[in-house]
Amino acid sequence: MNARLLPYVLILPVTLFLCLFFLYPFLLVSKQAFSTGAGFTLDNFREVTGYWKFPITMRNTLLLAAAVVPIQLALALLMATMVNRMKKGRDLVLYVWTIPLGISDLAAGIIWLAIFEQSGFLNSMMSGLGLVDKPVNLLTFQNPGIVFLAIMLAEIWRATAIMLVILVAGIGLIPKEYYEAAEVFGASPWKRFLRITLPLLRPSLQTALVLRVILAFEIFAVVAALGGTLFPVLMGETYAYQFDLLNSGAAAALALIILAISIAFTLIILRVLRVPKGATI
Amino acid sequence: MTAVTTDAVTTDTRRAGRWVYGSAVVLLCAWVIVPLYFLLINTLSAPDTVNSFPKPFIPEFDLGSLTFFANFAGMLTALKNSILVAGLTMIMSIVIGAPAGYALSRFDFRGKELFRLLILLTRAFPLPLLALPLAVMFIQTGLDDTVFGLALVHTTLAIPFAVLITFALFSGIPLELEEAAWTLGCTRLTAFSKVVLPLILPGITASAIFAFVISWNEVFAAAVLTIENRTLTAFLLQNLDTSPLHLKFAGGFILVVPALIFIFAVRKYLFAMWGIANR
Repeated sequence: MNARLLPYVLILPVTLFLCLFFLYPFLLVSKQAFSTGAGFTLDNFREVTGYWKFPITMRNTLLLAAAVVPIQLALALLMATMVNRMKKGRDLVLYVWTIPLGISDLAAGIIWLAIFEQSGFLNSMMSGLGLVDKPVNLLTFQNPGIVFLAIMLAEIWRATAIMLVILVAGIGLIPKEYYEAAEVFGASPWKRFLRITLPLLRPSLQTALVLRVILAFEIFAVVAALGGTLFPVLMGETYAYQFDLLNSGAAAALALIILAISIAFTLIILRVLRVPKGATI
Repeated sequence: MTAVTTDAVTTDTRRAGRWVYGSAVVLLCAWVIVPLYFLLINTLSAPDTVNSFPKPFIPEFDLGSLTFFANFAGMLTALKNSILVAGLTMIMSIVIGAPAGYALSRFDFRGKELFRLLILLTRAFPLPLLALPLAVMFIQTGLDDTVFGLALVHTTLAIPFAVLITFALFSGIPLELEEAAWTLGCTRLTAFSKVVLPLILPGITASAIFAFVISWNEVFAAAVLTIENRTLTAFLLQNLDTSPLHLKFAGGFILVVPALIFIFAVRKYLFAMWGIANR
């Protein structure tokens, strides 16, 4: 086959597939969001944003992302640097730490439900220690703080692994010579981390943060398993519009709002962590 | 004298540092494993124990909850659907994605950057949301509520990863190997199938498994696109309000098990994949 044409033949299936199942549905969802039967309208958006629950869902989703992502970033950086200098048992530790990578958000929600539910392990432990006389129902509307904490812990538990993997791979690409040179000049471990690891890790940090932040706005099943309707989030409301209220125009509008937030944050992250032109390791 | 004491001090701080380091590693491992262990206890306990208080901290190895799970109406079908969808996703994402990965690693062509942008763009999107308009499109084409229809959506989720991972894998195999095969009389196709493919097969398997896990774990699109033919995640989600605790925990356990096995199987490739996919 003609060598000039071959690459195009090879990328054709993916391109077609993505056009059909990514770009086309995207156009459809936009059309659905901006119309209510006839003509261009913003009614769907007005309906969605005017609903009394909307500010709460928006605040919940953003608050959760703001609480979870920085902790995950710090934790993943800590774990990655710890693994990097490990000699014995590196593979085993890495395997254990990456286990949550394969666990779905729904399963993670159920796992933390086992801990936080009324007859769960947290209550069992507290009564074992004599802190409470009888099991307390923790996940109720009277304890919004605990519901938030449970969701937060489940998210941190589940989704730190994806950042860890990306960062470990990134740290592996930094040449050891830089660290040796820094050590010769007397840089402390903390200095080496600040002056070598962090700047050179920028591309990986970019990828990790973009992926993680987008997933944070998509949070759905963890919340459904732990909070139910106690802690409404954007994705859950979208689901409710589609199924409980059978209003697919409003669902589409809400979906576009989530898309817009995701894209805005992606651009911000790419901008803040941009790699200077021509800089390579 | 002073030299000796400072030496002693540094070994002391170093020992303390190592102790802190070691216990931090153990603590973080426990952070991952203990919640999983709690789920295991609940799964391997009789339904009565699961709903009782206080909880035992050792599993009693009773299969009551799992039997209840297996006998719950629709559960086994949901499990079967999950496996089918994930299997289809795995095959489609590799068959469609791997050629593109090869093209990206071997050729410089016009529009390559645009193509890479398209792939990266899909990663920057909350893709499950696109299930909403697809639901309408699927009803028009008769794909609604079918295993194949859902697999198509899951393939969209998995394909960016399949392309980037196979791109990374192919880039790891020197072009010289292929060129040597060409000079020895191989065509592009035979050189690929006899030289590159055997080298790449384990990596391809790893990325296929990754695609399987993506589909297996997906909740939102599965819940939106299936009604009768629910996958396990969709089924569990739908019954969250009504199902008893032991059913939830057994279901969660069944969701977790393949993930554990698969992450173990692909652990060697996880880091290589991401290392180059970032470039």
